[in-house]
Amino acid sequence: MTQINDSVALAVGDMSREELLELKKTMNAKALAKRRSRTALRITANVVFAVLILLPLLYAISIALMPSNELFTTELNLFPKNPTFSNFVNAFRTVPLLKFILNSFIMAGCITIGQIITCSLAAFAFSFLEFKGKGILFMVVMATMMVPGEATIISNYLTVSSWGMLDTYQVLIVPYLTSAMGIFLFRQFYMTFPISLYESAKLDGCGNLRFIVKILLPLTKSAIGAMAVYTFINAWNMYMWPLLVTGSNNMRTVQIGISMLDSVDSQSITLMIAGVVMIIIPSISIFIIGQKQLIRGMFSGAVKG
Amino acid sequence: MENNVKRKIAPYLYLVPCMLIFGIFLFYPFIKTIYLSLYKTNKMGQAKLYVGLENYKDLLQSASFINSLKVTLIFVVIVVLGGMLLGLIAAVLCNKAFPGIRFFSTSYALPMAIASSSAAMIFQIMLHPAVGIVNKLLGLDINWLNDPNTALICVAVLTAWLNSGINFLYFSAGLGNIDETIYERASVDGATGVQQFFSLTLPGLSPIMFYTLVVNIIQAFQSFGQIKILTEGGPNESTNVIVYSIYRDAFFNYRFGSAAAQSVILFVIIMIITLIMFRIEKKGVNY
Repeated sequence: MTQINDSVALAVGDMSREELLELKKTMNAKALAKRRSRTALRITANVVFAVLILLPLLYAISIALMPSNELFTTELNLFPKNPTFSNFVNAFRTVPLLKFILNSFIMAGCITIGQIITCSLAAFAFSFLEFKGKGILFMVVMATMMVPGEATIISNYLTVSSWGMLDTYQVLIVPYLTSAMGIFLFRQFYMTFPISLYESAKLDGCGNLRFIVKILLPLTKSAIGAMAVYTFINAWNMYMWPLLVTGSNNMRTVQIGISMLDSVDSQSITLMIAGVVMIIIPSISIFIIGQKQLIRGMFSGAVKG
Repeated sequence: MENNVKRKIAPYLYLVPCMLIFGIFLFYPFIKTIYLSLYKTNKMGQAKLYVGLENYKDLLQSASFINSLKVTLIFVVIVVLGGMLLGLIAAVLCNKAFPGIRFFSTSYALPMAIASSSAAMIFQIMLHPAVGIVNKLLGLDINWLNDPNTALICVAVLTAWLNSGINFLYFSAGLGNIDETIYERASVDGATGVQQFFSLTLPGLSPIMFYTLVVNIIQAFQSFGQIKILTEGGPNESTNVIVYSIYRDAFFNYRFGSAAAQSVILFVIIMIITLIMFRIEKKGVNY
């Protein structure tokens, strides 16, 4: 290493000022060209990979805009030649899609709000209050994450059907009104606040519920945002439970309802995909709007290995 | 005195809503599932005849259930490896700032917002033997979902794609935690990009990698919607993963006892894997 330095020093010593400036210029240009080509390479790789990842979605949009007679050709038909919105209109006519969308919004909305309430109450108790069995109860809550939904779904189905609750909003909503992950996430956030925050509020005569509503909730907006986005999307996308417990068009959610468009008549492929595109739009929009919140909430403190 | 009692009870009141839900829809059904698995049931799902472990014995001797176990194992391996690889590639591609990074990172995370059932219907058309884009692009004539050799791979690839979105977020967070200066030092010492990836990036990711692996495995075991829509367990039971087998036994064959026993086996498998993973983590993963 020192040898090289010496020789560089020697070479530099032989050069005039102009030559040095010239050298600096060419080296800078070289470095810039190298950086540029690296960025270009990175962007190219990203474009290729993004097309691969987005392919199913782009393809779905293309099919949804395609008149059904264009679909059945042997040539490669990546894009519709005569794009049309008639598939979307027909999808609304064929099945009560608006009703399905409304049902899903009600279900996902209630589940989201319910989870935020029950989880923040529980997380408050676990982080600010002292009581007997706190550690064990928290372990029990965390352990529920290990039980796969399928291990309980049969018994749950038998329970709700014996209560005559099938095919109602309640049966879609109530079983999902709390989540261990939400309690964990909120508690993780609450633990970052000093206990003195709670104690001084209490000295000022602030009751527990008021403390939660006036102080904790505003301070944990990012966690609530993350939780809301995550819960809403998951509820919107739920499949097995709504499939089991809903039977009538009046109660079907989008994910179940949309498969009604999946009929044997192959002419209806474009119709079905148009329906799929429409029910993907709400969850994707919420995801894109709430993405920043979601990432910040998920990874600040919650998951650090 | 009254105040004292109130103070002692109050904390529990905040836990009542969540414990009530957990109690009715998680603990109770979980125990009931174990109970049902020891009985023969009638068509209404009521326990009628105590048979001890016979449901389990029958399952372990049935070729169909052994096949389910095998199919589930292959499915989980493809889903976990595929989903993590896609997420890792995306995270490495978005590791350094460049023009358009926000668009690309949103694209890579997007699959996590898509329902398994919606995705399944799109893949159904993509894999359609006559009009599907896959056959057209590859110039092939394969009936992907009706061939026992390809059906499982197709549903697994779809599931891997669905899981890749959240894996991308995990890995991006993991890469963000790696100290930049170690790369600079490595470059000065003449390490190539590939060497840096294997000796700096991967070890640096190991904590989050471990967490992602556990979450992915648990999730993969629970895939249902895509299988119900794309293959219904077929052809020839080649995609009959345990969860689908549970669904079929309970809601088509009305054998709730056997379905409950399968649920218990699924739970035990997931629990054992989770415990083993945590044991390995304690020994192997360096922070």
